[in-house]
Amino acid sequence: MILQRLKVLRQYGIIVVLFVLVIFFAITTNAFLKTENLFNVTRQVAMLGISAVGMSFVIITSGIDLSVGSLMSLSNILCAKLMVEGGVHPVMAVFITLLMACVVGLVNGAFVNLANIPPLITTLGMMTTLRGISYVLCNGYPIWGFSERFRLLGQGYVGPIPIPVIIMILIFMAGWVFLNKTIYGRYVYGIGGNEEASRLSGINVKNMKYMVYILCSFLTGVAGMIMLSRINTGQPKVGTGFELEVITAVVLGGVSIFGGQGRIIGVFIGVLILGVLGNGMIIMNISEYWQQIVRGLVLLAAVGFDNLSSRNLRNT
Amino acid sequence: MKNDVILSVRNMTKTYPGVRALDDVSIDFRRGDVHALVGENGAGKSTLIKVLTGAIQADSGEIELEGTIHSGFTPHEALFDLGMTAIYQEFNLVPDLTVAENVFFGKELTRGPFINMKQMCSDTERILRRLGVTINPRTLVKHLSVAYQQIVEISKAVSQNVKILIMDEPSAPLTTNEVEHMFELVRALKKEGVTVIYISHRLGEAFELSDRITVLRDGKHIRTMDTDRTDRKELISLMVGRELGEAYPEKKYDSEEVLLEVRDLCTEGFLKDISFELHKGEILGFGGLVGTGRTELARAIFGADPIESGEILVEGKKVNIRNTSQAIARGIGLIPEDRKQHGILSEMTVKQNISFSALPNLNIFGVIRGREEERIANEFKGKLSIKTPDLDRKVKNLSGGNQQKVVLSKWLATQCKVLLFDEPTRGIDVGAKQEIYELIKELAEEGRGIVYISSELPELLGMCDRIIVMREGAITGSFKKGEATQDKILDLASGE
Repeated sequence: MILQRLKVLRQYGIIVVLFVLVIFFAITTNAFLKTENLFNVTRQVAMLGISAVGMSFVIITSGIDLSVGSLMSLSNILCAKLMVEGGVHPVMAVFITLLMACVVGLVNGAFVNLANIPPLITTLGMMTTLRGISYVLCNGYPIWGFSERFRLLGQGYVGPIPIPVIIMILIFMAGWVFLNKTIYGRYVYGIGGNEEASRLSGINVKNMKYMVYILCSFLTGVAGMIMLSRINTGQPKVGTGFELEVITAVVLGGVSIFGGQGRIIGVFIGVLILGVLGNGMIIMNISEYWQQIVRGLVLLAAVGFDNLSSRNLRNT
Repeated sequence: MKNDVILSVRNMTKTYPGVRALDDVSIDFRRGDVHALVGENGAGKSTLIKVLTGAIQADSGEIELEGTIHSGFTPHEALFDLGMTAIYQEFNLVPDLTVAENVFFGKELTRGPFINMKQMCSDTERILRRLGVTINPRTLVKHLSVAYQQIVEISKAVSQNVKILIMDEPSAPLTTNEVEHMFELVRALKKEGVTVIYISHRLGEAFELSDRITVLRDGKHIRTMDTDRTDRKELISLMVGRELGEAYPEKKYDSEEVLLEVRDLCTEGFLKDISFELHKGEILGFGGLVGTGRTELARAIFGADPIESGEILVEGKKVNIRNTSQAIARGIGLIPEDRKQHGILSEMTVKQNISFSALPNLNIFGVIRGREEERIANEFKGKLSIKTPDLDRKVKNLSGGNQQKVVLSKWLATQCKVLLFDEPTRGIDVGAKQEIYELIKELAEEGRGIVYISSELPELLGMCDRIIVMREGAITGSFKKGEATQDKILDLASGE
């Protein structure tokens, strides 16, 4: 009986956390529950969510990608530079930037596959390198002066719904289909669970790794474009610490850092929790310093609870 | 002296949800005996060890050790106060420390605040000498062979003056020669008055080594017997609970059609000019000592390891296999030796495991055909009688024999024509072994070609239409069914 309840909690525990937070902020503040604010929350987490989908794939194969924050900065600067200094049409600029992001993923995959460098080290190196390239490209100065229409991507609405939110939801749905319904999703889980057994089952593990790193970088590129459109300036310092935020959301959503386990729905809720927490605390006028403390503790509490409950399940 | 009971387990019961792992078990162990514990997977052997070493607590029952009654104790108490410890298949050694440091791990000898390495080394040397081995105590454990690592484990127990040593499948990782040596060690321990509880799937070892044998089945104590008053047949029927011959299935085969041909295959620094033909419907055995390159050969053919030179032909056509997915596309499958590490995906469900290799044929534009997947999984569950409550159960929760059936199903689902079996019955209990023999025979009779690697000679002799013997990465000879005997194979395998 207790077992049954634990199992339910383990699957939906994270939803309970989300509800508790929502109810808490709804009671303690007046502004939180307004429709406008709720859309605000989702819009704020759109970039985080989009990148988190890609990061989930990587982490489920028991990899990690620390380069997403720097990639966000580089895609920002590259796209801005193309549009402002190169005079490239925005659509074309976005296309080229996304292509660049895919190349970054390819390079990550190549180091992991060919040079056999652990993903943590590979992407740590790329994180520093990409940030450097970003500063070199712009000499450290922000780039601005885009056409009005480019703002649509990050600031536009369809009806009452912000465009970034629509993009995020579409990507989450696609991610869910990919992980749960396609053979590639099955391979992602298989590789994370037991890489050698997967290889001996005839799975081309290297190709799959290329795929997840490219997907992660591509989605981060998409997030970077939305970011650029929202702040309307190419900034080399954007995305600082973004990688840790994304990993936090993914792990909070129940994806095992050791790979092989995790659900995309959980990640979605993990993203929302971070969003609600951030937004609620801002409304409550809590200082940025305290916000960090709370975020860290929420992560530890959620993952700790998750591990304890799953250990109880395993022991029986 | 003979009837001096050192350890008694009385009315021990341990239940897990849905399973009664130990059911009112009572056993007496005599001082200085080698006491073999046998039973199928799930008979309760592991649970009993865990209770004895304090890893888990029994629900009820008591343990009497040298006259003192205990109802439960911690692992720390079991080792340091009571002198009971277990050596498992996976060793508890720190690979980057020296032999001496491992032997004294957790109880280092010190002089003042510093570790007295000199003393530890000389003490380790003394223990090793008692066991009749010479290893430099300053060697790092990771540089030792598995057999020597096991000796370090045993020395660790001896340094603690254990009275009761439990050995769980100690021969599993060892080669034939090493097993002999390990037997010597056990006998040396016995001479010193240590009681050894010896657990093994290989009944031959129980007969060679033990004074008494206890049979467990479904968590119940079936019988404890003097080893010289029983025989293999009785033991098997007690373990399985019914009469069961260890017979190998009768099989017909007379095809001339070549399914797989390997020509002059070499790998870097190991396999040398391997050539052979595998016919349709044939079971081709590969014999030899452990580490002679049979596993490597199978892996090379399957594309898991690179080939340096040589050709592989499937149904007369030359194929170029560079990775495992290409091998499967050419109809070649490998059932690996290490089921847990290489065979199953333990966190995935039975259904997902069965379909895993066949997914390229089970999708439309990458989307898995769910119903077809379900149907195939169900088909093999029935055909191989895989015991699982449902297809969505995680494979790690199945018994060893059933896990192996899941691995087999995975390969049957791919429709591979050539199947390379590497030690398919290792660590599987007697009943499941029989089913797997039958199944492999059926596969051959349906027209597949089977490569059958096994270190158990009776199994090779019973199952295979032809046996190729390997030594040091090269083929040294081959026998047709009926020509081969254990002695002839061993002669070729050892090069005498």
